[in-house]
Amino acid sequence: MIFSKYLFFILSFIAIYAALKVLISKKPMHSVLYLTLTFFAIGGHYILLNAQFLAVVHIIVYAGAIMVLFIYTVMLLNLNIQGEFPKSRLAKFASAIAGGILLFTLIAVFRSYDLKVLADPSLNQIGLVKNLGKILFQDYYLPFELSSILFLAAMVGAVMLGKKDIY
Amino acid sequence: MGFNIYDFTGMTHNMHVSFMEHMSPLMTTIVEWTIIGVCYLLFIALFGLFLVYAERKVCAMFQQRMGPMRVGYWGLLQTIADFIKLLMKELITPKGVDKFLYNLAPFIIMIATFMAMAVLPFAKGLQTLDFDIGVFYVTAVSSIGVIGILIAGWSSNNKYSLIGAMRSGAQILSYELSVSLSLVTMIILAGSMQLSVIVEGQRDAWFIFKGHVPALIAFVIFLIAGTAETNRGPFDLAEAESELTAGFHTEYSGIKFAFFFLAEYINMFIVAAMAVTVFLGGWMPLHFGSLESFNHVMDFIPPLVWFFLKVGGVIFLIMWFKWTFPRLRVDQILTLEWKYLLPINLVNILLMSLVVLTKFHL
Repeated sequence: MIFSKYLFFILSFIAIYAALKVLISKKPMHSVLYLTLTFFAIGGHYILLNAQFLAVVHIIVYAGAIMVLFIYTVMLLNLNIQGEFPKSRLAKFASAIAGGILLFTLIAVFRSYDLKVLADPSLNQIGLVKNLGKILFQDYYLPFELSSILFLAAMVGAVMLGKKDIY
Repeated sequence: MGFNIYDFTGMTHNMHVSFMEHMSPLMTTIVEWTIIGVCYLLFIALFGLFLVYAERKVCAMFQQRMGPMRVGYWGLLQTIADFIKLLMKELITPKGVDKFLYNLAPFIIMIATFMAMAVLPFAKGLQTLDFDIGVFYVTAVSSIGVIGILIAGWSSNNKYSLIGAMRSGAQILSYELSVSLSLVTMIILAGSMQLSVIVEGQRDAWFIFKGHVPALIAFVIFLIAGTAETNRGPFDLAEAESELTAGFHTEYSGIKFAFFFLAEYINMFIVAAMAVTVFLGGWMPLHFGSLESFNHVMDFIPPLVWFFLKVGGVIFLIMWFKWTFPRLRVDQILTLEWKYLLPINLVNILLMSLVVLTKFHL
C-alpha cells in the first residue's frame, strides 16, 4: 500500500499525542479516554505490521474490556472534580525512580537492535491467526497453558478478596 | 453451478480495471472508497428508516393496533416524515455538559456501527473487507460502541444518563462474552474465522443443520446475547422509560438523538446479519442433500434476495421477543448471563469439539 508509510506517521503521532494527553489532562475521565485512543493507535500499528489477530485482540482486551472497567471506576469514584491531587514527596520520588528504571531498561534493550534496516512488514506472516496459533500451541504450549492458569488464579483471588464474608 | 450470473466478483473486478485505465492508482483508491462509502451511507439511512417502520408495524401487530396509517399508503412515509422532523429540530447543548465529549459520543457509536458493516458479506463478491479474522473483528468493533455509550452517559451530566450508561455498559460487557463464545462454537465447526470461507462452507448444509444440537444451542444463545448487546427489549433496561426517561441519550436532541436511534437499529441488523452469516448460510440458498431439482430451483433465487430474506426473518424474530417478553431487572440480566448462558456456552463448546472430532455432523 502507498499509504502505509503515511499511516505509520499519523498513527505514531496520535499515539504519542494521546499518551502525553493522558498525563496532562486535568479530568481523570479525559485521561482514561485518551488512553483508549492510544490503544487504538497501537492497534493500528499492529495492522500495519500485518498482525491483524493481535490488533483485534488488543482492541477487544484493552480498548473494549479494560478501558471500560477504568471508565467505570472513574465514574463510580466520582473523581471528575477539577483540581490538583496532592501527593507526598516520597510518592513523587518513588515514582520518578520507578519510571527512570523502566526507561533505562528500555534504552538498554533497544540499544542492541539495529534500527536502520527497513523491513517490509507485509511479508511478515507471523501475526496471522493460523501461524500464531501453531506457534502458541506447539512451540510454546506449556508456557501458554501455565499463563492461563496464572490468569485463572488471579481471577479467583480477586473474587476471594472482593467477597469478605466468604469464610 | 447454478448462480454464476449472481456473482458480483466479476462486476467489481471490471469496475476496478476500468478505473485503473482512466485514473492514477491514488485517484482509483479515492474514487472506490468514495463509492463504497456512499453505498454504505445510503444503505444505512434507507434500511434504518425501513427498520423503524417495520418495528412500529410489528409492534402494532402484536398489540392488535394498526400502527402508523396516516402518512402515505399504510403509513409508509411515516418514518421519512419523522426523520425530517428530527432534522429540523434545534440541537441543544445543555449547560453543565462536557461539550467536546457530548458532541463526540453519537459519532463514536455511528463509527462503530459503520466499521462492523464493513465485513458483512451481502453476496458473493459484495464484501468490502475480507479479513482472515472477520468474526473476531465484528466482536472487537462492537466493543467500541460501549465506549460511545459510556461517554454519552457521563458527559451529559445527568443522573438518568449516567445510570443508563452504567447499566448498558455492564450489560454489553457481560453479554459480549456469550456472543463471542457462541461464535467460537461455530468457528470450531467452520474451521475458519474468515466470513467468506464460513459462507462457502455452508454450500451443502447451513451450519445450523450441519452442527445440529450444539449449533442450535449456540444459535439460541447468540440471539439472546445479541439482543442484549444491542440494548433491545427485553434487555432494554438501559433506557427503561418508566425509570430513566431515555437512559444514556436523555439529553440529546434532533439529529444527534437520531444517530443513537439509527445506530441501535443498524446494530440490530448487524446482529441479524452475523446470525445469518454464521448460522444460516449467509447468502447461500437452501439446499437439501439429495433433492437435486429442489436445489436447482433454490439456486435461481439471487443470493442478495436470500440474504435479505434471512436477515428479515431473524430481525422479525428479534422484534417478536421484544414485544412479547417483559423487561428484565438488572440482577436478572446478570444472573441470566453469568449463571446460565456462560456455563451452557462453555459446555456447548466442548460438545461442538466432540462433534467435530468424531465427524458426527452432516
